[in-house]
Amino acid sequence: MSIEVEHISKSFGHFKALDDVSLRINDGELVALLGPSGSGKTTLLRIIAGLEAPDQHPHASIRFHSEDVSSRGVGERRVGFVFQHYALFRHMTVFENVAFGLRVRPRRDRPAKEEIRDRVERLLSLVQLQQFSKRYPSQLSGGQRQRVALARALAVEPKVLLLDEPFGALDAKVRQGLRAWLRRLHEEIHITSVLVTHDQEEALEVADRVVVMNNAKIEQEGAPHEVFHQAKTEFVMKFLGQVNVFHGRVRQGKAEIGGLAVDYPSYKDEAARPATVYMRPHEFDIRRKSNGKPSFPARVVRTNSAGAFARVTLQRESGETVIVDLSLEEFNQLALAEGELVHLYPKNARVFIPEVAV
Amino acid sequence: MAKPQGIKRNVLPGFGLTMGYTLLYLSLIVLVPLAALFVKSAGMSGEQFWKAVSNPRVVASYRLTFGASLIAALVNVVFGFVVAWTLVRYRFPGRKLVDALVDLPFALPTAVSGIALTTVYSKHGWIGRYLEPLGIKVAFAPLGITIALVFIGLPFVVRTLEPALSDLERDGEEAAASLGASRWQTFWRVIVPTVLPALLTGFALSFARAIGEYGSVVFIAGNMPMKTEITSLLIVEKLGQHDVAGATAIALVMLLASFVLLLVINGIQHYAGRRYQGAV
Repeated sequence: MSIEVEHISKSFGHFKALDDVSLRINDGELVALLGPSGSGKTTLLRIIAGLEAPDQHPHASIRFHSEDVSSRGVGERRVGFVFQHYALFRHMTVFENVAFGLRVRPRRDRPAKEEIRDRVERLLSLVQLQQFSKRYPSQLSGGQRQRVALARALAVEPKVLLLDEPFGALDAKVRQGLRAWLRRLHEEIHITSVLVTHDQEEALEVADRVVVMNNAKIEQEGAPHEVFHQAKTEFVMKFLGQVNVFHGRVRQGKAEIGGLAVDYPSYKDEAARPATVYMRPHEFDIRRKSNGKPSFPARVVRTNSAGAFARVTLQRESGETVIVDLSLEEFNQLALAEGELVHLYPKNARVFIPEVAV
Repeated sequence: MAKPQGIKRNVLPGFGLTMGYTLLYLSLIVLVPLAALFVKSAGMSGEQFWKAVSNPRVVASYRLTFGASLIAALVNVVFGFVVAWTLVRYRFPGRKLVDALVDLPFALPTAVSGIALTTVYSKHGWIGRYLEPLGIKVAFAPLGITIALVFIGLPFVVRTLEPALSDLERDGEEAAASLGASRWQTFWRVIVPTVLPALLTGFALSFARAIGEYGSVVFIAGNMPMKTEITSLLIVEKLGQHDVAGATAIALVMLLASFVLLLVINGIQHYAGRRYQGAV
């Protein structure tokens, strides 16, 4: 089932949580809403769920499969909602938690006892917790609790699955495991899913599509590789992955930073304008000797090769810090010493001209 | 070589001192007077004892005391829940004032509350005068006793429920709603079971307080033998007639009954609480 959100705004007192947001989520897609806290991503999710009502607006609407659900309450929207802190019913066993959504149905829609049992057992095996059905939530680990919460949400056969920072309260290792597991689960059941997260790694790894939010608005949406490699705004560039920031100027189709120039064909004016240039740490070459082309001279401050790649921290003469990631092979070949002066050759750069008020 | 003693040391003075103090204190304040009760009534023969505690007038007073206390505690559980819910969930002007009002029955001398209630509910009182024509007699009737017991028991329920209700995460209710539960179902299946241990504690405290209440009841009760005489009053009366043995015998029955009741409630509470110890 597809979800269409149109012209949704939401204010809490003077705070604007969402500012005229529109978004389409396709059937069977897993979309991540990614952004810093306070960016409005959770509010958007809660509005989709019906846990929060959007501000009145003549064109505002929430549609599930082109059917307007704006006036429906959360119980009537058939959404599965997974909370950050699990929100399990602590006085019920795992089995009872999962069965809850089926047992509260009006008698004529309620499945028979045996059917409820079968369904709960199927769901528990889907989340790999069959043997825990008689436990209470307090007897489970955080990761297990969240899987119970997921099974409980799926029990009512929702049309849409909404996850609010589902792994936010878990430690890094468990989070990584659950992330991969969630992706596999999605491949299995293909339910339209929206995942809210502030963890860019999580969003880029799990989602089919990433929606980056900031300041109550959507900054950019696209496939993970798109938003990562073709950031449309400075915010997206900075928020996704590590980045080196340089301040320079643009003029005649070039962006200049110190002695270095990067092509920037979209600005052909004679008059120079200040610009910000972003370079990812893996988009540099390091050489001991200049090859004649323009480069950044910089001094090695620190190296760290504990990981899949080596991270070199350098300092330009102007005092700016530059971070460069090298493959371990390259790093070992270079054998950089701390304090050494080297030349940096950027392989790629993104230039943004700050908006100027007219 | 001697092993060092007490490897795990607490910062504050330890178990020995605090436990000793606790035992001494409880003995002086609670156990010794109770023991005196047993000793006093032990002076009676079995037959005398039975006669003292099974006198029809005394039995009627047990029925009244326990019955009215039970009803009052149940009423308090329902309305105390509403009051606690309102205080925890909503922010409204005058909330602090309402909050302070809840504690008033704690602070007021019980005799004062008794006189106040009697004034209000008697035949010519502010409320009593409207109830009288309807055939509802409050003052000098079991109903009045129950009202007095509701009054003194209310803060126990409210104050024990408040922390449990403020611990209640709102997302539990939201989860229930998203699973299709109605408000009624959310209340009965999610909220009530979650705060049940606190609710039972509040009930037990309110009930226990009501059984032992004297001051506020004697004014409104009218103290008619067989009808509106509570057990505490009978004990006082017996003491007034210098029948110390008779008074202690009745007191002993009260003590045992209360003890058994509290034990049962504690058992239920333990059973309800055991399932989900530890936060979720």
